[in-house]
Amino acid sequence: MNLAIFILFGLLCLGGALNLLLQRHPINSALSLIVVMSSLSVLYLLLGAEFLAVAQIIVYSGAIMVLFVFVIMLLNAGEEERTHGSRAAYLAGVPGVLALFTVLASTFFTLRTSFGNARLGAFVATTSDLSRVLFRNLLLPFEVTSILILVAILGAVVLARKEH
Amino acid sequence: MAVPMVCYLVLSAALFSIGIFAFLIKRNIITIFMSIELMLNGVNLAFVAFANHWHQVSGQIFVFFVMVVAAAEAAVGLAIIISLFRSRNTLNVDQINLMKL
Amino acid sequence: MNILIFVLLSLLKVAVVTVIFLMAVAYTVLLERKLVGRIQNRWGPSRVGPFGLLQPLADGLKLFLKEDLMPTAVFRPLFILAPIIALSCSLISIGVIPFGENIHWHGVDMFQIADVNVGLLVILGVTSIGVYGIALSGWSSNNKYSLLGSLRSTAQMISYELALGLSVIGVVLRAGSLRLRDIVNIQNTHGILSWNIFGGIQIVAFFIYLTAAFAETNRTPFDLPEAESELTAGYHTEYSSMKFAMFFMAEYANMITVGCVATLLFLGGWSSPFGNLLPAFGGVVVQALLPVFWFVAKVFCFLFLYVWVRGTLPRFRYDQLMGFGWKFLLPIAIVNVMATSLVLAFHG
Repeated sequence: MNLAIFILFGLLCLGGALNLLLQRHPINSALSLIVVMSSLSVLYLLLGAEFLAVAQIIVYSGAIMVLFVFVIMLLNAGEEERTHGSRAAYLAGVPGVLALFTVLASTFFTLRTSFGNARLGAFVATTSDLSRVLFRNLLLPFEVTSILILVAILGAVVLARKEH
Repeated sequence: MAVPMVCYLVLSAALFSIGIFAFLIKRNIITIFMSIELMLNGVNLAFVAFANHWHQVSGQIFVFFVMVVAAAEAAVGLAIIISLFRSRNTLNVDQINLMKL
Repeated sequence: MNILIFVLLSLLKVAVVTVIFLMAVAYTVLLERKLVGRIQNRWGPSRVGPFGLLQPLADGLKLFLKEDLMPTAVFRPLFILAPIIALSCSLISIGVIPFGENIHWHGVDMFQIADVNVGLLVILGVTSIGVYGIALSGWSSNNKYSLLGSLRSTAQMISYELALGLSVIGVVLRAGSLRLRDIVNIQNTHGILSWNIFGGIQIVAFFIYLTAAFAETNRTPFDLPEAESELTAGYHTEYSSMKFAMFFMAEYANMITVGCVATLLFLGGWSSPFGNLLPAFGGVVVQALLPVFWFVAKVFCFLFLYVWVRGTLPRFRYDQLMGFGWKFLLPIAIVNVMATSLVLAFHG
């Protein structure tokens, strides 16, 4: 059951990511990214992160991606134009990405016995576990992020304001 | 039936690589921005998988902070895109290559 | 064998809840038409069946048999997907809502589909996904009124989601849990006096929630996305037949969900308003069904309030709406969170 759910949503994740790459219209890419994020939240549930699974839906699918879709609608972005782009990015980037993936995947694969299995329910982090660490041990970083968000809000307002 | 942890990690590596790939070959600035979010998501999956492996909450806390930073980044980045579109009237990154108009 | 009974009972439960929920949606429409009729000094639907009680069936049949128009310039996949997203998101949230005491039969929770530890957040999350239905419908219609309506609606829902989320934090702080059953359980000690709205001093939070929920469900006085005097019909201008019916059902299903959540969070859920003053009577079955009765009665009162407001208040202007959300509701919600946590820290 666990494995079936993983395969289903893992494939959905990969398919969404590939679709983001292949689609020409930004709104299609945005929708495939939403599929990726929502299926990731199911994978988080399988890994015992119930609060993060819901936070993923609320923050990523429900807030960040809505902003993206909103901006695409607002700017009425059309199909992507085919321009040549940077040659260096193609020459160095594409083999680089392939090499990176091969290295990562082979490293994980050689270490697969020490990683073991992720059994359902073996580790469940409840919201209170999470908040205990967040508000006791990591209070200062938490407060700093609130300042970061404040700065981001101010920056967004200043940048997007129409000049008179 | 338990899922081998390596599946989660390979999936996260794949998401991250697809994110870089999209970042390199996409020409629409909004899509490029979305591929950054895809990379962040790939890394988040690895964090949660390792949190499960070590039975530690701190991996999930990392994801929490990544989400907060991603939200802030999205707000500022999209505001920059809007003001770029206002001044250049295009979303193609190849045409946004001047520091000053 | 046991697992088979469990699966069968669970499926049966889901089917029963879905059918009852859809019936409730249909009759909420009738309730609204009847009440608005009385408010405007007319009868409302009265021809189909006794007191017009069969009107929802006639409406459904009419919408089902209408021609399904597909305008030529629309973006087809999203045009079809949008109403499906809107309706399914509004139907999912009922899955985590408890509507009676925690009674198990053959290992199946009788009065709740799924008891989730983070139930309240699940509802907020599903609601926030529902924005896509409206946003995409407006964009894919390729119609300026639809686009304007959906842009307004998206901006409005994002803005009021903040106030909505902050208003429930006070309740969560009191209960110390995100599980909806725990939130109700701390409210059913002394009847109406221990409900969060009175005993928990969350009355300000309740009104913030009420206002934000009205805006989230696009209802009067915040129904700008479909303001018919300026935008013909807003985001569903191009929709007809069943696709329109899906948006219509989604709106009313959202109203019911909001009513259920308000009941659970602020009005004591299924607990009786009289507490222990009312002596226990009847057998086991009556005692199990009485909480469900209280729950339904409270949700009905909430829906009545919805219709009452719709029949009474005029529509806001768009800048007033945004100003109200950001400059008034949000600060008050933050002050409420701070006050509640201070009180809990020094007294609780």
